[in-house]
Amino acid sequence: MRHIISILIENESGALSRVAGLFSARGYNIESLTVAPTEDASLSRMTVVTSGSDEIIEQITKQLNKLIDVVKLIDISESSHIERELMLIKVRALDGAREEIVRLADIFRGKIIDVTPSSYVIEVTGEKSKLDAFVQTLPTDAIIEVVRSGTTGILRGERGLHV
Amino acid sequence: MDLSGAEIVVQCLKDEGVEYIFGYPGGAVLHIYDALFKQDDVKHILVRHEQGATHAADGYARSTGKPGVVLVTSGPGATNAVTGIATAYMDSIPLVVLTGQVPLPVIGSDAFQEADIVGITRPCVKHNFLVKDVTKLAETIKKAFYIATTGRPGPVLVDIPKDITDPRIKVPYEYPRSVSIRSYNPHLKGHRWQIKKAADLLLSARRPMIYSGGGVILGNAAEQLTELTRLLNFPITNTLMGLGGYPATDRQFVGMLGMHGTYEANMAMHDCDVLLAVGARFDDRVTGKIKEFCPGAKIIHIDIDPASISKTVRVDIPIVGEVGGVLADLIEVLRASERQQDRDALSAWWDQIDRWRSMECLRYDRNSTLIKPQFVVEQLYEATGGKAYVTSDVGQHQMWAAQFYHFDYPRRWINSGGLGTMGFGLPAAIGVKLAHPEAEVACITGEASIQMCIQELATALQYRTPIKIVNLNNGYMGMVRQWQEFSYESRYSHSYLETIPDFVKLAEAYGHVGLRIEKPAEVRPALEEALRLKDRTVFLDFQTDPTENVYPMIEAGKAHHEMRLAPGVAAERELA
Repeated sequence: MRHIISILIENESGALSRVAGLFSARGYNIESLTVAPTEDASLSRMTVVTSGSDEIIEQITKQLNKLIDVVKLIDISESSHIERELMLIKVRALDGAREEIVRLADIFRGKIIDVTPSSYVIEVTGEKSKLDAFVQTLPTDAIIEVVRSGTTGILRGERGLHV
Repeated sequence: MDLSGAEIVVQCLKDEGVEYIFGYPGGAVLHIYDALFKQDDVKHILVRHEQGATHAADGYARSTGKPGVVLVTSGPGATNAVTGIATAYMDSIPLVVLTGQVPLPVIGSDAFQEADIVGITRPCVKHNFLVKDVTKLAETIKKAFYIATTGRPGPVLVDIPKDITDPRIKVPYEYPRSVSIRSYNPHLKGHRWQIKKAADLLLSARRPMIYSGGGVILGNAAEQLTELTRLLNFPITNTLMGLGGYPATDRQFVGMLGMHGTYEANMAMHDCDVLLAVGARFDDRVTGKIKEFCPGAKIIHIDIDPASISKTVRVDIPIVGEVGGVLADLIEVLRASERQQDRDALSAWWDQIDRWRSMECLRYDRNSTLIKPQFVVEQLYEATGGKAYVTSDVGQHQMWAAQFYHFDYPRRWINSGGLGTMGFGLPAAIGVKLAHPEAEVACITGEASIQMCIQELATALQYRTPIKIVNLNNGYMGMVRQWQEFSYESRYSHSYLETIPDFVKLAEAYGHVGLRIEKPAEVRPALEEALRLKDRTVFLDFQTDPTENVYPMIEAGKAHHEMRLAPGVAAERELA
């Protein structure tokens, strides 16, 4: 099962490697990991997408909680939540293909944010599955480069993760 | 008061009430060593290798419950300390390790004696810090002590760049009286309702078992555990780390469990219907084949670390909290309960346990003309009245010490259980002796392990820490040889030590007394003589039977009821 674990962690040097090191040392999977400071400069928010049996996920959350720098965490995939990922994708856009790529980008609510006579950079946000679908829709030989931010997410409703 | 960083380090140790620090100087810590030189409150013990410093501090910590403190230099000083830090981490021992670091401006430049010790130790410390600002130094050291000693204890490393300790830069000093960390709340009281449920289950048990571990020792909960066990009249087993948590000479104690545990302990584990696990972590050496672990049991697990709960074995009633407090609450609930125990079932269970016990699974050949290692440990037990502090290294001798030295008190059995670090015993014994100068301290070791930290014999002389080194010398890395005999058709690949030093001469060269003992009849007199030499470290080199194996044994991948018994014991079971 895929899980999205949101972590509030002290914004200190080495905090990221404590989390990353924990995953590698104990053999847990990381599908993606994002981290950035929050509105409180002393805290970073990290989102780890991982997978495993219920027992493994339980261990992952407990082991993360044991890290001294981890202030709080929540498995947001256990509740109603919103997840988003940002993708920047550079595609070859020549002659007749240019129109078609714009149409596809529109369908996926993508924005074209850079244009040259032979290429576009398209920005798409959404759930991982939507981004996967967009990549699959494009002709493979058109793709020059794909950059994805990894998933980040937030709970629906009033409840939030804060100190 | 304005102090330099170096003075702050020393003043913090004083304010923390630190008696001893174990260390080795070097470039990056010279300012600190200079500050140490100018005072007498904190006594520095100069080891001969940084691994020895961590083990000695560890032995001090295990035997006192106070944190052990280490001071080493950057680079190789720090990396040499890593094995000792990992040893303490695996057994949850409170250590504060201060490491020197190259000056802040050159960190990352591959400077002389630079190592990223914060990065290197990250997976084997409870927490670590790099101090980047001298005004944060005192607070950081306070945090290190606080984190190391609270909750589930563990080693904490503080990496201090040399420029932070510059004697010319003085800053106002005040040692924080207390410290709070928003992300760390270690004081836990067990959940009342869970304790109630546990009490009901315990009272309903027909074939109960208590299995307790190092958490009882670390949590100073031996008294509560003993009271609970007697109140319920349940059989109890200890893990290797938990020995001394319940008096080993008491009738309710069925011996250690696990790979080299007793037959009765392991069989009772296999057949029990209610298991109370206290401060134990279901380690693989204890559980054997995990799928067949306590197959018919409901399990209650008391532990301070939530991550220990259901890590390898699913438990039915978890109770997260400080072991002593939880046990006291549990006793109270049990005393108040109106529920009656099934006394008939319990008495039948004890009959069964006594039948298992009557096999005397730890028997060995007492008529041998060779010195049996078990006999040496038994004689040591008798000669010291069971009251010595016993450290050990790792291997066969460690198991024999655990099986044959019956620990009635907590904190007397000092060994590397989790990491299994050869070389631990001698430096640990020095730390123990410093903490308990009046007590008898013995290091049970083997000729392979002892050579891993043999240089600490010099430390033992310098600080006059008279310990008795009981070397069970069988010429092999005994446990390796045993596994090779059982699992590799006796292909003794590199487990034979061909050039064993003359330990008598070696001991004498280091200024100690050395004795070689070759016959069973000489064992007791030699031990008595060593004990008579109160102010001398004595190296007793026992030439033991090289073929002796540790029995019983659960071989890797087998379950509790599939024990391999000593040949003589097994033959009798066949007949019965």
